[in-house]
Amino acid sequence: MAGSRIKLELSRVVQGESRLGVLKGLGRTGQHCLEVPGCLLYSHLGTVPHLTQDTLHTLKNIPAVTQVTLSSVAEHQEVLQEFKGGFKKFAGLHDTVVYCSLHDPAALCPPGYTTNKTVSVWGSGGRIELTVAKFMAIQKTIQPDWYQSMADGETWQSNTSRKRLRKSVDRTLAHLDECLTIHQNSQDLQGVEVFGVVEGGDILEERARSARETAKRPVAGFCLDGFQTGSMDQTLRTQLIKAIAKELPEDKPRLLQGVGRPDEVLACVEAGVDLFEGFFPFQVTERGCALSFSFDISLDPERAVLELNDDETCRAGEGQPNGEVTDGDQTQMTSFEINLKDKRYHDDFRPLVEGCGCYCCVNHQRAYLHHLLVTNELLAGVLLMIHNTAHYIGFFSTLREALANDKLDLLKRR
Amino acid sequence: LKTLCVASPLTLRIVAECPVTKARACDLILPHSAVSTPVFMPVGTQGTLKGITVDQLDGLGCQICLGNTYHLGMRPGPDLIEKANGLHGFMNWKKNLLTDSGGFQMVSLVELSEVNEEGVKFKSPYDGKEILLSPEKSISIQNSLGSDIMMQLDDVVSSTVTGPRVEEAMHRSIRWLDRCIAANKNPDKQNLFAIIQGGLNADLRKACLDEMTQRNVPGFAIGGLSGGEEKDDFWRMVTLSTDHLPREKPRYLMGVGYAVDLVVCVALGCDMFDCVFPTRTARFGSALVPWGSLQVKHKQYAKDFQPIDPDCPCPTCKRHSRAYLHALFKSDTSAMHHITIHNIAYQLTLMRSVRQSIVDGRFPEFIRSFMKQMFPSPDQYPSWAVDALASVNVTLE
Repeated sequence: MAGSRIKLELSRVVQGESRLGVLKGLGRTGQHCLEVPGCLLYSHLGTVPHLTQDTLHTLKNIPAVTQVTLSSVAEHQEVLQEFKGGFKKFAGLHDTVVYCSLHDPAALCPPGYTTNKTVSVWGSGGRIELTVAKFMAIQKTIQPDWYQSMADGETWQSNTSRKRLRKSVDRTLAHLDECLTIHQNSQDLQGVEVFGVVEGGDILEERARSARETAKRPVAGFCLDGFQTGSMDQTLRTQLIKAIAKELPEDKPRLLQGVGRPDEVLACVEAGVDLFEGFFPFQVTERGCALSFSFDISLDPERAVLELNDDETCRAGEGQPNGEVTDGDQTQMTSFEINLKDKRYHDDFRPLVEGCGCYCCVNHQRAYLHHLLVTNELLAGVLLMIHNTAHYIGFFSTLREALANDKLDLLKRR
Repeated sequence: LKTLCVASPLTLRIVAECPVTKARACDLILPHSAVSTPVFMPVGTQGTLKGITVDQLDGLGCQICLGNTYHLGMRPGPDLIEKANGLHGFMNWKKNLLTDSGGFQMVSLVELSEVNEEGVKFKSPYDGKEILLSPEKSISIQNSLGSDIMMQLDDVVSSTVTGPRVEEAMHRSIRWLDRCIAANKNPDKQNLFAIIQGGLNADLRKACLDEMTQRNVPGFAIGGLSGGEEKDDFWRMVTLSTDHLPREKPRYLMGVGYAVDLVVCVALGCDMFDCVFPTRTARFGSALVPWGSLQVKHKQYAKDFQPIDPDCPCPTCKRHSRAYLHALFKSDTSAMHHITIHNIAYQLTLMRSVRQSIVDGRFPEFIRSFMKQMFPSPDQYPSWAVDALASVNVTLE
């Protein structure tokens, strides 16, 4: 495969692990770039949840890369085949880079459906089984700018046996090799980049092996799978990511799947991760909450401590009961958000977050959002998605700034 | 405009009158902005137009939309909204708002305890408590909401009911109109419209018209229709009403929103319309088009790569295909928003075209070409519409 057009230009490496830089050469014409550490734009079938182009474009600094998942696209393979123009055109996406992942990070799959030759995704009509051949056929109809290779990542549950973990590493490497062969022989996928996927669960040796072996293949970057929020505690996650990073080339990006909480993001950046899936704002929106954590590092430290003691942020666990029971940690309210369904916001006429310049905060108040949530109005999702995405984008921007100016500690304290 | 000393917060300027039909094109000057009529007013029941931001609504050219006194009076309540600078402040809508009285919901939504001279007693669906909605209470809530146009509380009776109840309701509505006028705290900022009742009985309607037009209100609504009655009766009551309403005041036909109904009732002399249909049907995937409607969720559109309407300039049609929207309905709620935007655009564009044709003096031709587009052949034209149009000198093929 000709040298990958994607280039990671690092401007700083802090303490040998945290990386700051720009991912360049994205897209078919190579003109897009993404600052790292950064997040991808989360979508359902190419649409940011709840938003149309008008509402989406009230946001500034939208990530240049949109994540599309096979779980939403696979069932439309026939349609895309007949359309012939590729997914971007089908979805009316004009100026973005499309990255295709296997799974939706906000929707955990039921385990037990992976075999030696297949993985499964769940579309609106049910389970779709994928062989590498079918996986690649779908990629040809999608024509993404880059995609993750097919992988066996069904190891996010704790207590997966060593034998099973070894199998997941072996299978994933086999799938990668098969994908690459088909890829290299395909006219349709010329110029499309492939990321290899690192598996291995919670076993350090398997993680290192997976990383080492994947790095031998001609991939443009690496997805780190099986680290989803709730699968293990952060200490172990950090340890494993550091071990993986040691085996990976410095100049290729690392994308961590399924981790979006700000504290976990921070810790993983410190371990050497460059890219994150941007699904966290969506999860916060779905539980009727607004991200409100402060990440302003320009404040002097004394005021920073005072602000932290402000009872603005609700304690975790105060959240409204959620319809989804199976996802465990993923749908629990965190300390980074406020629960707008709470009666206290009934007559709170302040914006969601003071000083936030997003469309929602400029135009609306907490009391209005509270009313929309209590009356089950669709606009609640629209406004919250705008705010939560803006807030999250702002967090990453500040994260990069902190890295640039050695202020990461300050950020950690917020 | 601002230098004019206006006694009432409403001015109607008749820009053009159709020489053939009873249609008019007017500029309706209200406190928050001018409104071009004929106008279709989208319904934003709970202080929001389902899934659409006020900017998007403004971008579509909407100049007036509806809020619902019953719903907002329950949640979040008039006191909270008053604190928020009225409904305009609460939802951040800078153009005009019209609120209905809550009367219709009393009949359609809730367990009715009793209607008497005092008002309508009903059980709150949220805490089971008994609430009395009187003319005074309705106006009080609407005063707190601060809408540009308020509706009187009328004694609402279904259009399919006959007998003495209809007459009783008609007379009571007149008495309640007087109580509403007396209760209005803000006559210099909020316009109170009367609602003509009388069911499908021409005599009762005439009696109601005679009485209500003696009151000094800035506008009149034609109520008690659009509730499941025969279309043949419906149009006759509409045209009877406009025959006896003053020329220089706006006529608001409540609950009318299907395209054919709009065009015909403009010809019969109505200026303002509202209906939940276009926005409600959007959420079920039904897109309105000049030739009827498209059920986007239907299998036949899975591979249809055209926009909903190739001639439609709305944001949805400019960017998305039927096939993409069909697929999106399986993945995300935004699919509904795309159709909602399109349907509102369709309704507003229709009314804009109607108005322009009246101004240009070619409304009858517009009607003919509209009907041709909507129905595959003349023998499919609804007979009530043919009759109604004939009554105002428009013959269809």
